[in-house]
Amino acid sequence: MRTVAEWSAALHARTVSSVEITQDSLARIATAQPQLNAFVTVDQAGALASARAADAALARGGAAPLTGIPLAHKDVLMTAGLRTTCGSRMLEHFVAPYDADVVARLRDAGTVLVGKTNMDEFAMGSSNESSYFGAVRNPWNTACVPGGSSGGSAAAVAARLVPATTGTDTGGSIRQPAALTGICGLKPTYGVCSRYGLVAFASSLDTPGPLARDARDCALLLNAMAGHDPRDSTSLDRPPEDYTRDLDAAAPAKPLEGVRIGLPAEYFGAGVDDAVAHAVAVALAQLRALGATTVDLALPAVRHSVPVYYVIAPAEASSNLSRFDGVRYGHRAERYANLDEMYSRTRAEGFGAEVKRRILVGTYVLSHGYYDAYYLKAQQVRRLIAQDFVRAYAQCDVIAGPTTPTAAFAIGAKADDPVEMYLNDIFTVAANLTGMPAMSIPCGFTPAGLPVGLQLQGNYFAEARLLDVAHRFQQATDWHRREPPVGVAVRATAASER
Amino acid sequence: MAWEVVIGLETHTQLSTASKIFSGASTTFGAPPNTQASAVDIALPGVLPVLNRGAVERAIRFGLAVDGAINRRSVFARKNYFYPDLPKGYQISQYEIPVVKGGVLTIATDHGEKTIRLTRAHLEEDAGKSLHEGLPAAVGDVSGIDLNRAGTPLLEIVSEPDLRSSAEAVAYAKKLHALVMWIGICDGNMQEGSFRCDANVSVRREGAPLGTRCEIKNLNSFRFMQQAIDFEVRRQIELIDDGGTVVQETRLYDPERNETRPMRGKEDAQDYRYFPDPDLPPLVIDDAWIARVRSEMPELPEAMRARLVAAHGIGDYDAAQLTSSLALARYYDDTVAALPATDAPACKLVANWVLGEVSAAANRAATTLADAPLQPRDLAGLLRRVADGTLSGAMAREVFGAMWSAAGTAAGDADAIIAARGLRQVSDTGAIEALVDGVIAAHPAIVAEFRAGKEKAFNALVGHVMKASKGSANPAEVNAVLRRRLA
Repeated sequence: MRTVAEWSAALHARTVSSVEITQDSLARIATAQPQLNAFVTVDQAGALASARAADAALARGGAAPLTGIPLAHKDVLMTAGLRTTCGSRMLEHFVAPYDADVVARLRDAGTVLVGKTNMDEFAMGSSNESSYFGAVRNPWNTACVPGGSSGGSAAAVAARLVPATTGTDTGGSIRQPAALTGICGLKPTYGVCSRYGLVAFASSLDTPGPLARDARDCALLLNAMAGHDPRDSTSLDRPPEDYTRDLDAAAPAKPLEGVRIGLPAEYFGAGVDDAVAHAVAVALAQLRALGATTVDLALPAVRHSVPVYYVIAPAEASSNLSRFDGVRYGHRAERYANLDEMYSRTRAEGFGAEVKRRILVGTYVLSHGYYDAYYLKAQQVRRLIAQDFVRAYAQCDVIAGPTTPTAAFAIGAKADDPVEMYLNDIFTVAANLTGMPAMSIPCGFTPAGLPVGLQLQGNYFAEARLLDVAHRFQQATDWHRREPPVGVAVRATAASER
Repeated sequence: MAWEVVIGLETHTQLSTASKIFSGASTTFGAPPNTQASAVDIALPGVLPVLNRGAVERAIRFGLAVDGAINRRSVFARKNYFYPDLPKGYQISQYEIPVVKGGVLTIATDHGEKTIRLTRAHLEEDAGKSLHEGLPAAVGDVSGIDLNRAGTPLLEIVSEPDLRSSAEAVAYAKKLHALVMWIGICDGNMQEGSFRCDANVSVRREGAPLGTRCEIKNLNSFRFMQQAIDFEVRRQIELIDDGGTVVQETRLYDPERNETRPMRGKEDAQDYRYFPDPDLPPLVIDDAWIARVRSEMPELPEAMRARLVAAHGIGDYDAAQLTSSLALARYYDDTVAALPATDAPACKLVANWVLGEVSAAANRAATTLADAPLQPRDLAGLLRRVADGTLSGAMAREVFGAMWSAAGTAAGDADAIIAARGLRQVSDTGAIEALVDGVIAAHPAIVAEFRAGKEKAFNALVGHVMKASKGSANPAEVNAVLRRRLA
């Protein structure tokens, strides 16, 4: 499985057809599904029909860069006519009559939708263990989690089942699984990609974004996904950007000359696994070798990120998930004596434990007498965190650090300890609270052979800068080209079938 | 010590936008169930609200009309509760920061004018409707949900507890009803629920602190409002007199039994968990927007009333009547505008006719003034002939009746009817003198009575002259000539 950019070149050169690569992708998905469980729904017929249409467009000439590229969407993004489950029993059979904005944009860009990827239920989780459709496994070690909540999207790219996928990032749900599976994931600035058709978890934090193998592919996808959407009142109306614009410039010996990389003390302290710290340190040395300078700085309020996040996100979720009441669509309990019982049984049966936990927490922090102490206070601290970052970006262009404190952990290892699980988000949630862009790129491996992610964060609308730094790093390293064992096995099987 | 009644009203006015407050679906009333509910209105997963600026504009118009403050930044919040006709599980409503703060409304009471303070007016969405009856038998024992109304824009107007009787409450509600129609933000249709009031009622001994209030929900007629409040006041006073205490609760008025009943029990005390809706940025209203809305405002009733008194010479009472509804006011203004002269007598004539014959005819025909067969231009054509002395009052009423029934045809033109019926008041002194002389000659006995000091005899003589003229003589002229001849 090649990258999006490589496939695009081959498709436009007519050396391969979209039908061929789509069939290859479908075969890989089928083979890997028992091992990885990365998909909830595969749309073979729809994919092949789209691929044929793409081939026709390519034959006519003037096709778009993404025409004919197979893609999968996280199952939290609405796809017209193809079921969208959110990894929940509640929506096990739900088929939307409309496309999410980013889905429509990628469809219009000519991509071929092969299926919907597995995820933590309603995007609530950091391990992909909370899906009603079963845990997703990490292609680097199938006893380990792939991260979450976009775990299926990350595993699918890491295992080379599709060249790229979409995800959504509310507290790290793109970047954390990207880090744990050795791929790239970008959370754009809040408002750059529309939330229309993204089933809301925490509205003020939810951000759609791409997952792919390298920075260039992320840029190509973001070019298609970004744009103002009048159906989302928080969507930003700004001139379109070409996120690949800096990537093709000739690479001087020191391509990162003049780039100032901030290193917050808070990201390099206790709690970071030694192997992760080591890989990140090596990556930072590499960035310096490419010409970047590093600046030590402090983000004093950032230590409150996780508590603030776990007040605001559940609060919004508790309200957002109220619409799943069994009245109009989705799961409804079979037996109930009255309205209250219909609600309580429907929701007791339809939601899993983690979703219920967050609804309870969210309901509590919004309740009368607690609102000021929790929700209001959290929003105030949220502004302090944003101020820390705005100040920091006066001293640096990019902030770097580990994406996660540890590499992928074993399935079940943290399942009984929600707080331990939540601490996995310690480095990622701040970007959601501030709305600033951030991405994770592969930067090495632990001695156990598990990928380590380097997080690059930037100021509002600094996506192009992040992608440029990531691209220069990837020109000098090959972490992003390493293939997981499951991917290799799948490729062999898929090749033999052809 | 006497009991004092304390009432505050919360009024839900449905704003007259073509589409809903957060979706593009139509707000037309009466469509088949769920045919006017978009993906946003039925709250499919992933959909988002987009604020309808037309609703905001109407709220601004209201704020300006009541002299309230328009908040430059207001916030939409979520009011969370579960109910089958509430698709999202929360209602989007302005909570902490409403679009309009303060304002006043002046009402007429038995003790003169009274100013009622408004607390606020805020934008929110309506819920759908639960249908518990009238469903096809085949579906069994279930309730239906109609989401056509879900998302209809409402302006909730909250008064301070300044009202002291059911009569004042009704006066306030009527005044508000007229105002929202006057400024064109609400169609005022109470049967269709476009204007619904909740009354907060409490009683206290004069001078005592406020008593515990009960809220009577969904009063959709002025008569029911009066009856419901009267019942509730009696209930509370009797309760306290019997040694009981009023429990704060929500009650419903049952017009068939003329009583209020608790709506939900205390154990269901709701915690709505309000918080700012993260899907909607704060509503920002700049000065330019307010200035534009202000420039498009119609003349307000109070201003028009003052103008009618000062510039048209209309009395206070008639001026208040004429400005009690936009329809009357328009009818009056348009009629005056269609007259050649707009001096005080002409204006007064128009006022008398609009409040008298026109209103009565419209009432009899159960039509609105806007749909009346006789429009201001037609009325002006008639009143021109009254003003120039062509028609007597009785003749004018006859012509009016003919015009009303023949409206829309050439035969409905005042001058055509006057000509066809030969209705022309005789004001010619010579002709009247001849008539008067004839009557004096024919009725010597009555003349003698008059001369003996019986004033009533004079009226009899006038009657005979009018009769002789077949009603066409100008009565004022007849009076004058008769006095002269008998002097």
